[in-house]
Amino acid sequence: METAIEVRDLTVVRGAREVLHGISTDVPRGVITGLLGPSGSGKTTLFRAIVGVQIVSSGTVTVLGKPAGSAELRRRIGYYTQSPSVYTDLTVRENVRYFASLHSLGAAEADSVIREVGLAEQAGQMVSTLSGGQHSRASLACALVTHPEVLVLDEPTVGQDPVLREELWERFRDLAGRGATLVVSSHIMDEANRCDGLILIREGSIVAEGGPDEIKSRTGTDDLDQAFLRLVREQDAESGHGKEVA
Amino acid sequence: MSFAILASTTGRILRQLRHDRRSIGLLIGAPVLLMTLLYFMFEDGGMFDDVVVIVLGIFPFLLMFLVTSIAMLRERTSGTLERLFTTPVGKLDLLFAYGLAFGLAAAVQATVGATVAYVFLDLDTVGSPWFVVLIAVANGLLGVGLGLLCSAFARTEFQAVQFLPVVVIPQILLCGLFVPRDQMAGWLEGVSNVLPLSHGVEALQEVGLHEDPTGVMWRGLGIVVGAVVLALALAAGTLRRRTP
Repeated sequence: METAIEVRDLTVVRGAREVLHGISTDVPRGVITGLLGPSGSGKTTLFRAIVGVQIVSSGTVTVLGKPAGSAELRRRIGYYTQSPSVYTDLTVRENVRYFASLHSLGAAEADSVIREVGLAEQAGQMVSTLSGGQHSRASLACALVTHPEVLVLDEPTVGQDPVLREELWERFRDLAGRGATLVVSSHIMDEANRCDGLILIREGSIVAEGGPDEIKSRTGTDDLDQAFLRLVREQDAESGHGKEVA
Repeated sequence: MSFAILASTTGRILRQLRHDRRSIGLLIGAPVLLMTLLYFMFEDGGMFDDVVVIVLGIFPFLLMFLVTSIAMLRERTSGTLERLFTTPVGKLDLLFAYGLAFGLAAAVQATVGATVAYVFLDLDTVGSPWFVVLIAVANGLLGVGLGLLCSAFARTEFQAVQFLPVVVIPQILLCGLFVPRDQMAGWLEGVSNVLPLSHGVEALQEVGLHEDPTGVMWRGLGIVVGAVVLALALAAGTLRRRTP
C-alpha cells in the first residue's frame, strides 16, 4: 500500500524531557490509522511533527512525499487540535467560512460542513456560547471544510454523544473511502476497532503496530484494552530482562 | 503573501472587533470623552489647541497598542495561531491583516476624534485637519506595530498589559506634551529623539502652527511610518511556525 506519512527515527525534546524516542512508522494512504496511547505518551507531539509545527531534535517526517511543514503541504493537510482552536468571539459560520476562505473555498462549502457536524441550528451563534461538544465540532468543521488529503485529528470525538460519534465515524470512513488519509488519536478502544490500522504508543515509543484484529490475535484476546495491557507488560518484562543481562 | 488570504484575514479580525461592542466603544468613545474633559479643564486658558492636537495623536497610539497586543496574544495562546500555521496563511499575511484591520479602526477613531474636536470643541489649527487625521492614523499604526511586537514577549494578557508602563507611557511623557522637548535636559531630549511617538507628535504640532505641510512634519510622519515597518518586520521575526 502506498505510504502517506513516513516517520523515521523521530526524536523530539520538549523542555528538558525527551518526548519521542526515535520512533519510526508508516501511515498508509486512503485508510484510517488510529494512534492509541495514554495521556502524556506523545500522541499530540507526533501529530504536531506531522503537521509541521513541532521543532524536532532529529529524524524526519515525510508527508505525501514532502518534508512535513513544507508550504505545499499546507494546502493539502487538515489539523484538528485536541483543545478546540477556533475564534470564540466569532460565530460558528464566521469561523468555518474563514478557514474555508484560506483554501479559496466559498460559503456553500462552509455551510454544508456545518450541517454535517450537526451545528446547523447553532451556525449563527457565537462559539463562546456553545457547549463543550459543540465547540469541538465547530473546530472539527474548520478542519473538514478544506477537503484535505491528509487529516490529522487529535481526539476528535471526545465529549460527543454516542449518536454524533457514530455519525462522525461514518463521515471519517466516507472520507477515507474517497481517498483521504486519516490519522485519529483516541483513548476509546471501541473507536480503535473502527480503524484500519493501529499504532500503539506509550512513553514516547511505539509498543505495537497492526490492524485491530492482528493485534488482538497476536495477544490472544478479543479485547483491545486487554491487548494493550498485555503488550505493555510484555515490553516491560523484556526491558527488565535486558537490564539483568547488562 | 496572498491578497485573498490577506483580505479574508483582515475581514475576520474586523468581524471579531465588530462583535466586541465594548472595545469599539472604548476605541471611539474614550478619546472623545477625554478631549471633552480637556475642553472644560482649559476653559479659561489658551492651551487647549496646543494640547488637543497632540492628544489626537496620543490616544490612537495608546489604545491601538492596548487592543492589538491583547488581540495578537489571544491568537497565540488560543491555539488558533498554531492552527493557522498549518494552513496556507503566511506570517506577513497575518501581521499585515492585523495592521490593516486595526489601521482601519484607527482611521475611524481619528476621523471621529478630529471631527468632534474641530466641530464641537472649537479646535483651531493653522494647518489642514486632513493632516491631523493622517498623522493620527500613523500614530495609531505605531501602536499596532509595537503591540504586535510586544505580544511576542508576553505569555498572558496580564503580562501584555504590563508593557504599557514600559513601552507606551515613557513615550507619552517624553513626547513634548508635558515639557517641550527642547526645554528638556540634553540627555532626556536625546532619549526623546529616538522614541518614535515624539516625531509623530512633532508632526502634529507643525500642522497646528503652519498653514502648509512643513519639512519637519513630513520628516516626523516618515519616521513614524518607518518605525511601523520596523516593528512589523521585528514582529514577523518573532512568529515561529515551528515551536518547541
